[in-house]
Amino acid sequence: MFWTVTQSLLEGFASTLELFALTLVFALPLGLIISFGSMSKLKPIKWLVRTFVWIIRGTPLMLQLIIIFYVPGFVGMWAQDQQSSNLFIQWLATWHVLDRFGAALLAFVINYACYFSEIYRGGIESISKGQYEACHVLGMTKSQAFFKVVLLQVVKRIIPPMSNEIITLVKDTSLARIISVYEIIWSGEAFIKSDGLLWPLFYTGVFFLLACGLLTILFNKIEKKLSYFSV
Amino acid sequence: MAILEVNELTKDFGTTKVLKGITFSLEEGKVLSIIGSSGSGKTTLLRCINGLETATSGKISVNEKVVFDSTITDKNALKEIKGNQQNIGLVFQQFNLFPQYTALGNVTLAMKLAAKKRPDYKKNKKHILEEIDKIAKGYLDKVGLSDKLGNYPCELSGGQQQRVSIARALAMNPQILFFDEPTSALDPELTGEILKTIRQLAEDNMTMVIVTHEMNFAKDVSDEVIFMDDGVIAEQGTPEEVLVNPKNPRTKAFLNTYEK
Repeated sequence: MFWTVTQSLLEGFASTLELFALTLVFALPLGLIISFGSMSKLKPIKWLVRTFVWIIRGTPLMLQLIIIFYVPGFVGMWAQDQQSSNLFIQWLATWHVLDRFGAALLAFVINYACYFSEIYRGGIESISKGQYEACHVLGMTKSQAFFKVVLLQVVKRIIPPMSNEIITLVKDTSLARIISVYEIIWSGEAFIKSDGLLWPLFYTGVFFLLACGLLTILFNKIEKKLSYFSV
Repeated sequence: MAILEVNELTKDFGTTKVLKGITFSLEEGKVLSIIGSSGSGKTTLLRCINGLETATSGKISVNEKVVFDSTITDKNALKEIKGNQQNIGLVFQQFNLFPQYTALGNVTLAMKLAAKKRPDYKKNKKHILEEIDKIAKGYLDKVGLSDKLGNYPCELSGGQQQRVSIARALAMNPQILFFDEPTSALDPELTGEILKTIRQLAEDNMTMVIVTHEMNFAKDVSDEVIFMDDGVIAEQGTPEEVLVNPKNPRTKAFLNTYEK
């Protein structure tokens, strides 16, 4: 039985890891773009982006999952009821419920990109103006200054908060359960219904522990690798 | 021949007038010290000449090439002015070394990035980079750090870091080198090595402008001294004239605070 459960949980965990990895792939660069927006010299862009970040960070991720999963379907139904000739409403009428995994991924990417953007912003703003000024008097361009001098210092600074956030993401993927995405909590819960077994659900914790343990080791290694200089 | 000419330079920050019309010139190979209390505008003057701040009005030229002129708005002319700024070197109070590069890397980085634009870069890459390393090693040797080439800034003392930053500025082959309070961030026992380095540069006839609080050093190394007060040049002359026999009561009052 133990072997059957392990196998089933591993399958669920594969889906968990897929959600985790895809979220990182999209949220890490998107976060950088959002951070540039929140530091923009154009005030309207800056305030628009900051308001968006406030909304995303100020509401529960679970609620965001539910909204992203259900709202497009409601909008589509409402638009169909209108029987309108308006092209926009006709377009809205084509909206339908997203597939579960896609909705979860979208919610995670948006949510995590906002958190990452604040970490990037903190890192970028913490680099002293003197670094840019030194680059300027040495005749470097602004992009040379950012990529050749500033970026690695930012990376070094944000590794600790980033590792924190990324480890949280491993566990937050379990929230996708609320919109019935197939992942490890789902596979653990399934044994309650099918076999009356509770322990497989508890057993899922081991998988999270292992994944977070590995990530901790990985981030420690990166931190060590960058310890040759201090910022 | 005057290598640096500053003409009626003013700088406002909002409604605060920090520089109220600065005019002076400096001959090639001479050393000028600028003294004055905090807030007198000396650092702002330095930053305006180096292009870190944009002055409000006036004109600055280095070696008869304009590096700032408030009346010029033409884009191409402004681009040319930016190129002329390469003739000016600056050593910062806080060193501003790049922490992730070694001493050698700090000195070579800007040269290596600039070399990428050379038409023969791809063909002679190895040779060019070796040549740059050689030049950089020469400057680090000049400031007495040939045994620290591979060390990162965090492994160096404050004085050594400042000497790396001097080597980094020299490597750009500037026609004038500016120092913004180069010893103010250092422990008193470390200021000596920086002053020694600057003195050596003076002996090599490097044109230098030094903003400093080290009065004895200013007296010793400079050919000319400017005392700034409240955004104007209050007194100007030889070290003897300004530091030993000042005529302006404000210079006297300022120097008195140092003797106590």
